[in-house]
Amino acid sequence: MNSNTAVAGGSGNTFQFLLQELKPRGPWLTPFNVISIPIILAGLVILVIRFIYGLGSVTNLSQEFPWGLWLGFDVVTGVALAGGAYVITFVVYVLRVEKYYPIVRVTVLNGLLAYMFYGGALLFELGRPWHAANPFIGNSFGFSSVLFLICWHFMIYMVAAFVEFSPVIAEWLHWEKTRKFLKSLTLGAVILGVTLSMLHQSGLGAFFLMAKPKVHPLWWSDFLPILFFVSSIYAGLAMIIFEGTISHRVFKDLIGPEHHHSFEDIMLGLAKGAAITMFVYYVFKALLFIHGKQWSLINDGWGYWYLLEVIGFVLVPAFMFAFGFRNRSLNTIRIASVLALLGIILNRLNVSIITFKWYETVHYYPTWQEIVVTLMVIFSEIWFFRWVVTRMPVLNARH
Amino acid sequence: MDRRGFLKSTLIASTAALAGSEAQADETQIPEEMVGVLVDTTRCIGCRACEVACGEQNGLLVPDVLNDGALESHRDTSDKQFMVVNKYETDKGNVFVKKQCMHCYQAGCAAACPTEAMHKNSQGPVTWDGDKCIGCRYCMISCPFDIPKFEYGEWNPKIVKCTLCFDRLEAGKKPACVEACPTDTLMFGSMVKNLEVARHRIYSHPDKYVHQIYGEHEAGGTAYIYLSAVPFDQLGFRTDLGRTPYPEYTREFLYAVPAVLFSVPAFLLGLNALTGNGKSDNEGDRDFDYSDDGEEQ
Ligand code: SF4
Ligand code: SF4
Repeated sequence: MNSNTAVAGGSGNTFQFLLQELKPRGPWLTPFNVISIPIILAGLVILVIRFIYGLGSVTNLSQEFPWGLWLGFDVVTGVALAGGAYVITFVVYVLRVEKYYPIVRVTVLNGLLAYMFYGGALLFELGRPWHAANPFIGNSFGFSSVLFLICWHFMIYMVAAFVEFSPVIAEWLHWEKTRKFLKSLTLGAVILGVTLSMLHQSGLGAFFLMAKPKVHPLWWSDFLPILFFVSSIYAGLAMIIFEGTISHRVFKDLIGPEHHHSFEDIMLGLAKGAAITMFVYYVFKALLFIHGKQWSLINDGWGYWYLLEVIGFVLVPAFMFAFGFRNRSLNTIRIASVLALLGIILNRLNVSIITFKWYETVHYYPTWQEIVVTLMVIFSEIWFFRWVVTRMPVLNARH
Repeated sequence: MDRRGFLKSTLIASTAALAGSEAQADETQIPEEMVGVLVDTTRCIGCRACEVACGEQNGLLVPDVLNDGALESHRDTSDKQFMVVNKYETDKGNVFVKKQCMHCYQAGCAAACPTEAMHKNSQGPVTWDGDKCIGCRYCMISCPFDIPKFEYGEWNPKIVKCTLCFDRLEAGKKPACVEACPTDTLMFGSMVKNLEVARHRIYSHPDKYVHQIYGEHEAGGTAYIYLSAVPFDQLGFRTDLGRTPYPEYTREFLYAVPAVLFSVPAFLLGLNALTGNGKSDNEGDRDFDYSDDGEEQ
C-alpha cells in the first residue's frame, strides 16, 4: 500500500475521491454489458408490475406451489453457493493455514455480496415486504420458526462478513487508523460468521422438515439440516475454485505476479478439501438410502433423477477432484468444480421446487419473468463485484 | 481447566444437547377448554348450507348452491373460500365431505410463521394477523393439510384460511357453518367431549362406521375430527401424515441452536489458540494484510 502519498486527508478529500471512484472505468460496450444491462432493466420493469398487480401477475406460483424459483434458487441455492466465505475464513483465521491468504478477500467479498443480493431477493419474493422488519422488532418473535432464525442469521452474518471485509474498504479510503482497528475485529467476526453459517446453512435444510409429506422421500430426511450443512462446505470450495478461475483470467493484471505461482497450490488444496467433503457427503447419502430401505423408490423416473444427482453430480466430481489433486491437473479440478456446483444447484432445487409435490399432475415451472428477475439478481451482483474489485485492493493488497 | 479439557467438555456438551432432544413428546393431554368440531360424514346430505354461511359470515364468495354444479369436481379451499364441500363416490354411495382448516392441536403453520402472525389461540382456533404477516408463505409449505391460501393477485395479499369463526366464539356463539347445518353433521364443542361422542358413536354402531376417527392422531391431533362409513383414503383424506405433531420435526433442530451458538465459538477460539502454539506471536492478529509486513511499526 502506498501509504506515503495519500494518508487520509480531510473528509472533503474522501468525498471527492468517492465521487471519482463512482465513475465507470474501461469500455462500455463489452459483451457482458450488452447482455446484462437490458436484462437488469427488464427485471426492474417486471418487479414494478409485481408490486402493483401481485406475485401472480409475473410468476407461476400457485396455492399448490407457494415457493418457486425466486426462493428455491435465489435464496436456498444462492446461500449454499456463498458458503465459500465461511469455509475459507475458518481455514485461514481459525486454522491459520496461511497459503490461502491471497484468496480471502475476494471470497469474503463474494460471500458478502451473495448474501446482500440473494438475501435481498427475499424482499420481492415476500408477499408483504413492508412488514419485513417484523421478525426483528416488536412483539412478533416467532421463536419456534426456522425462518425466523434464518432471517436473524442473515442479518447478523451480513454484519460479520462486512466487518471481515471492512479493512479492505478502509485501506481503499486510506484510513490507516480505522483499518488497524477494523483489523482487530476480524477474528471475532470470523468466529461469529462461521458459527452462524453452520446454523443457517443447516437451517435452510430444516426449512423443509415440516414439508415431509410434500417432498419426495428420496430427498426428504430427518437429516436434511446436516446434509445441507455438509454440502455447503464443498459448495463453497467448488465456488471458490470456479470463481478463482474466472477472476484469475478476467482480472489477471490486477493480481500481483507473486501470487501466480501460489495460485496452483491453492487450487490443489481446495480440490483436496472438496474431494474429502464430497466423499463424506456421498457416504452419508448412501447410508440414509440403505437405512431407509428405499430400494423400491429407485425404479422410476424420480429414482433415476436421484441417481443422476447423487452419482453424476456428487460421486463423479468427488473422484475428479481426487484425481485432479493427485495428478496436479487444474483442468480436471475446474471441470469437477463445475459439476459439483451443478450438483448443488440440482440438489437445492430438487428439495425446494422440483420434487416438491411430485405427486401433483400439474407441476410448477418458472415463468420467463421469474427467470429474468433471477438473472437480474445475478448480473447486478456481478456488476457490483466488478465495481469493487477494480477499485479496492481485493485481489491484491499491493497495486 | 486446561485448554484441552475445555475443548473436550464443550464438544461433549454440544453433542449431548443435540442427542438429548431425541425423546418424543408424550401423548398430549388436551386441555378441556380447547374447542373443535366433529364432522359425521354419514349424516351430510351435501346441501352446502355451511359453505353459504361461511361466505356470508366472512365476506367471501357466497356460492350459488343450486346452479353452480360445484359438486361435480373436487374443489380445494381457495383465497375466496375458507371451506368447501366435496362429493366422493364410494362403495357405500355418495359421501359428502367438508374441507377446511383442521385447527391442529400443534399447528405446523403457527410453528413455521416467523412473526407469529399465524397463531394458535388458547381456545383452539388458529388465526392470522395481517399486521404481522410478511407474506413468506412458509405456513403454506408447512401445513400438512395444505390449507392456508394466498392472494396472488393482490398488491397487499392476505393469507386466507378458516378462523373457526374466532369472533363469533368470543361473542359466545358457534361457528357459522355449524349453526347453519340442518342435519347435525357438524357438532361444535370441547375437543375432549367431541372425541368421546365420536368414540361412542363408533361403539354403538360398529357396523356403520369405520373404526377410525380422522384427526384423533393425524399430525398429532386436530380440533376438527371426522367420522366415516368408508375408509378415509376414499374421501380425499391424506392417510400418510403420521402421528407426529408437525412442529416436532423442527423442534430438535431449534433446540440445538443455542447449544451450537455457545459451544461452537468457544470451540473455534480454542482451536485458534491451539493452532497458534509454536508460531510467532504477531501472526496471531494477522488478517487480510498478508503483504504489508513492512508497515507495522
Ligand atoms: S390445518 Fe394447516 S392451517 Fe389449519 S391449523 Fe393445521 S397446520 Fe394450520
Ligand atoms: S405468510 Fe404470513 S402467516 Fe404465513 S408464515 Fe409467513 S408471515 Fe406467517
